[in-house]
Amino acid sequence: MSAPLLQVNDLKKHFPINKGLFGRQTEFVYAVDGVSFEIARGETLSLVGESGCGKSTVGRAILRLFDVTAGQVILDGQRIDDAHPSTMRQMRRRVQVVFQDPFSSLNPRMRVRDILAEPIRNFGLAKSAEDLEVRVTALMDTVRLPREALNRRPHEFSGGQRQRIGIARALAAEPELIVCDEAVSALDVSVKAQIVNLLQDLQREFGLALLFISHDLAIVEHMTHRVAVMYLGKIVEVAPRREIFAAPRHPYTKALLSAVPLPEPGARRSPIILRGDVPSPINPPSGCRFHTRCPFAFDRCRTEEPALRSAEGDQWVACHLDALPQD
Amino acid sequence: MALLEVENLQTHFRTPGGINRAVDGVSFHVNEGETLAIVGESGCGKSVTSMSLMRLIPEPPGRIAGAIRFAGRDLLQLSDREMRAIRGNDISMIFQEPMTSLNPVLTVGRQIRETLMIHQGLDKAAAEAHAIEMLTLVGIPEPKRRVREYPHQLSGGMRQRVMIAIALACNPKLLIADEPTTALDVTIQAQILKLMLDLKRRVGAAIILITHDLGVVAEIAERVMVMYAGRKVEEAPVAELFRSPRHPYTQGLLGAVPKLGSSLTGTATRLAEIPGQVPDLRKPIIGCVFAGRCALATDLCRQYAPGLEEKGPRHIAACHYAAKGAVAA
Repeated sequence: MSAPLLQVNDLKKHFPINKGLFGRQTEFVYAVDGVSFEIARGETLSLVGESGCGKSTVGRAILRLFDVTAGQVILDGQRIDDAHPSTMRQMRRRVQVVFQDPFSSLNPRMRVRDILAEPIRNFGLAKSAEDLEVRVTALMDTVRLPREALNRRPHEFSGGQRQRIGIARALAAEPELIVCDEAVSALDVSVKAQIVNLLQDLQREFGLALLFISHDLAIVEHMTHRVAVMYLGKIVEVAPRREIFAAPRHPYTKALLSAVPLPEPGARRSPIILRGDVPSPINPPSGCRFHTRCPFAFDRCRTEEPALRSAEGDQWVACHLDALPQD
Repeated sequence: MALLEVENLQTHFRTPGGINRAVDGVSFHVNEGETLAIVGESGCGKSVTSMSLMRLIPEPPGRIAGAIRFAGRDLLQLSDREMRAIRGNDISMIFQEPMTSLNPVLTVGRQIRETLMIHQGLDKAAAEAHAIEMLTLVGIPEPKRRVREYPHQLSGGMRQRVMIAIALACNPKLLIADEPTTALDVTIQAQILKLMLDLKRRVGAAIILITHDLGVVAEIAERVMVMYAGRKVEEAPVAELFRSPRHPYTQGLLGAVPKLGSSLTGTATRLAEIPGQVPDLRKPIIGCVFAGRCALATDLCRQYAPGLEEKGPRHIAACHYAAKGAVAA
């Protein structure tokens, strides 16, 4: 097997919060607390979980939008979490991002032409002015927007079209990995389908790897090769699509899947209704972080943190229950 | 007898770009104890419809026309004072964003009490006792402590439970829930949907559920009305609608949603796309509202708007070509 495109090792990101009148006493939000995974070339890995589980923070750490607290992010064999700014610059070309909100992620004062030309110029990808023009028009074709739209500004487009511009901007740098942070969540059903199809086509065409961050499990199932489920800053289960959706092993994954309402009237299921809310990441529970809501928790879960271990083949689970001999 | 009958509802707004026909000639009814879902994408007029029912549309720039008969009385003919006696009492509403619909500077208990004291004429002590009862009913732990807390001390799911408690405090005959679970996480959404189903069984209120999530519709609605560009395009009992949608828009909508478990049955195919976008409602629309995006559209569709026709038992759709009787999709 070839080396993975991206490797994340024991990644931690703790955000300090200042308390007290003079901001002296400091607590931390343990947003991401020891996360490891890999993404192969051309692969889609989805990060799923509920608000506040740290999935977006992982995405931003990979993009190095902030420095990490601990751990490593390795792109193609080279560490980028502590790379020098000059090397980082070249690495940034290889990892691009598409954000959730197409309204706030495009500069309203720039024409589409300039939005797309900026990364091409920054990374010195165009040989000449003609080449730049060729690339920019090709990008419009790729994301299926009319070429005439190049001279317009973002406010003249609908949400779905803006998301296409955002995708074209990410593609302009010729990346190998695109982080899609809830990239289709804000879109209406019919437009969402258009963008999902576009992302799948682009992946095939350019051999892109995608880190698809989403809370929409049906879309994830449709798009992904592998899934990592996060809960309170930790990965609780990571497995290929088939295993996650056919035979989830972690109680949280099971609850999450069973809670999704199905568009099939009369489909009688017995959803696992979790008690209570997600605890605060400022004071995460001891032991297994899910034990406060887990219907199967026992004493060991409250004191000892379960490690992510291989349950079967490529399916990895962090649960004491799973480590018990099965009968 | 129908509890609510809406006839030719038209809610228009005057805007600098012309008259926006947000809701344009919509008729429907809700029976006692029934759950009707109104489905559609952003801008289809589903929320404006619900706001019109409560007469919460600012006039001007808005203007509501038609008839909204609730238990035999036309709400549009009532004075403001009479309308206030109905809001929160006979008809109440739950909104999408529980943080912005609760008052941040009043305790939760006071906000539930207020409804009870105004509409039911309870004194403070009785209202307080009833408020605690309501919080217990919606499954909030330690209700005696929670009544004295402020909205910011509660999580999103808890706040939505409080909203439901306020809405149900006066035993309304009709509850309008506008995207009640859209802002919530999926495990919390499951809790709230279960709560709404349980309460409906116990309280027996009719529900109008406004949503864009077809999964939520399938889970709790009995009848579904699909809106597009301010018009009703299809209406049917929930099982019938999902089994044999007749309008091309409904068919597109259902095809555009991936189903959980599709990768296991090998049915994971390309998602259906509905090309193009919703038309500008400030310009007059000639012909069928969906003609611009419809694969089946002909000159007939572009010139003459189709009326709502019966296509099956209790199943109506506005399409020149939708098949009658036999399953189309």
